[in-house]
Amino acid sequence: MAFIYFPLAVIALYAFTTQSSSFTFPPPGLTTEWFGVALGQSSMWTALRLSLTVASVATVTSLLLGALLAAAAYRARFFGRDALAFVVVLPIALPGIVTGIALRSTADQFGLPIGFWTIVIGHATFCIVIVYNNVVARLRRMSPNAVEASGDLGASGWQTFRWVIWPNVATAVLAGGVLAFALSFDEIIVTTFTRGSEPTLPIYIYSSLFRPRNKPVTNVVALLAIAVTFVPVLIAQLLTRDRESVR
Amino acid sequence: MAVGSLPSRGRRISAFFFRHPRWKLLLLLAPAVLWLVVVYLGSIAGLLRQSFWSIEEFTGLIDRTFTLSTYLQLVQEPANRDIIVRTATLAASVTVLCAVLAFPLAYYMARFATARMKTFLYLAVLMPLWSSYLVRALSWRQILAEDGILRWTLRKVHLDGVVDVILAAPLLGGSSLISSRFSLVLVFTYLWLPFMILPLETALERVPRSFLEASSDLGARPGLTFRRVVLPLAKPGLVAGSIFTFSLTLGDFILPSMFGTSAYILGQQVYVQQGVAGNDPLAAAFTFVALVIMVVYLFLARRAGAFEAL
Repeated sequence: MAFIYFPLAVIALYAFTTQSSSFTFPPPGLTTEWFGVALGQSSMWTALRLSLTVASVATVTSLLLGALLAAAAYRARFFGRDALAFVVVLPIALPGIVTGIALRSTADQFGLPIGFWTIVIGHATFCIVIVYNNVVARLRRMSPNAVEASGDLGASGWQTFRWVIWPNVATAVLAGGVLAFALSFDEIIVTTFTRGSEPTLPIYIYSSLFRPRNKPVTNVVALLAIAVTFVPVLIAQLLTRDRESVR
Repeated sequence: MAVGSLPSRGRRISAFFFRHPRWKLLLLLAPAVLWLVVVYLGSIAGLLRQSFWSIEEFTGLIDRTFTLSTYLQLVQEPANRDIIVRTATLAASVTVLCAVLAFPLAYYMARFATARMKTFLYLAVLMPLWSSYLVRALSWRQILAEDGILRWTLRKVHLDGVVDVILAAPLLGGSSLISSRFSLVLVFTYLWLPFMILPLETALERVPRSFLEASSDLGARPGLTFRRVVLPLAKPGLVAGSIFTFSLTLGDFILPSMFGTSAYILGQQVYVQQGVAGNDPLAAAFTFVALVIMVVYLFLARRAGAFEAL
């Protein structure tokens, strides 16, 4: 456990060190000046805004596609079902570099512009499976009789969805959405290939790693990145605590 | 709605879909299937096409005629072969290390932990999967830094010599901790460990306690029970976990640029060929090596029942 969480504490500690370019332990002194420097960088805010926008659009897209797919595939038997189940996991089972470079080279071949939308497409592709897994697990536990009973009692399709299906799956959809958001927000490998000139926040952090000075500034930005995803993900996990959503 | 009135249009639509489930299915399936097949598989096909192109030596332009020369170059140049061997070795060592480290914790979670403890451990293992891997890698650069926490701790317990032994070791060494192979394997293992613990725990949880009792009643020692009963039943979990540890190592180019020696692994080669060198066909061909390895791996994994443990 310590092995898993200790590194995050290290990031926090060195965000306050007085050294600008090395990380001796114990730190020679503590300061909050790096926070001012980091938060004063307009390029950091631009990157953060891009990451948030991309993650939002990718999440909405993958929620729609993933939830519909889950609704279709959770009980029905149809031709190609196994093949489909295989293709859904491919974007996370294959190395991210495959998705990234494939989208990039195809976009190049067709002369499509590289930028915001190519990042979103890349992210949505691997987020679909996250939403799908969460929703399908919940649907499988729902009694199929409930939907039929609702129809028999005279409810319209919309009413059945609103009052029978939705209350059952709402938390799973929410959890899937939050996890997709977190995954998109932190993604770097696919993004490296599908981005234009504007960096997302992880790319911003990565490229600031190799700067010789003001290294603790990177730690401050890293803390910000953790804060954006950690709390929502924790809530999402508590919502689906009966451990059905590993991925 | 009043009793006895004609069904509304909305109700007729839902009745239609209830009576014709195929249409409903088609409508639900279409968007995601189109996305996955057209966008995802389609662009992989585009990549495959590109790997059969070549680059002109002098102009550096891409020649769009079908050729096997890029793949020949990949197989024939010793440097390229080295990259593939090095990457596969790295991915395999990380996978084995993850399995060895994950087993005790997963076994404890599945067999001995109380319900509360289990929930806590489960969340604790799961959370890092959703937090930035870049940030956690960054912290290892600071832990392993010269005069950093690791060195300091080892000096306090008078084990400072260990680092020098590691750095001088033939397969793990390097000029400093950060630029040693040891640190690359260490950080990869650290980052992918949760991917191994979770499916392994799921698989171990399904091993009925009665099997273990039966095995010992029949006279098997713990070691034999472990090898002949626990391990075969845990196999789907191990294989499922290894899909991630192996695949994630195979295509990574971020970590090898932050840790380890200057010798490239596959992900870096793809990144450099696609970006700086502008040799898209070679980058595509390298990606296909990784892709073929993983697809074969996935098929074998599916046969081993690993998909139920995902």
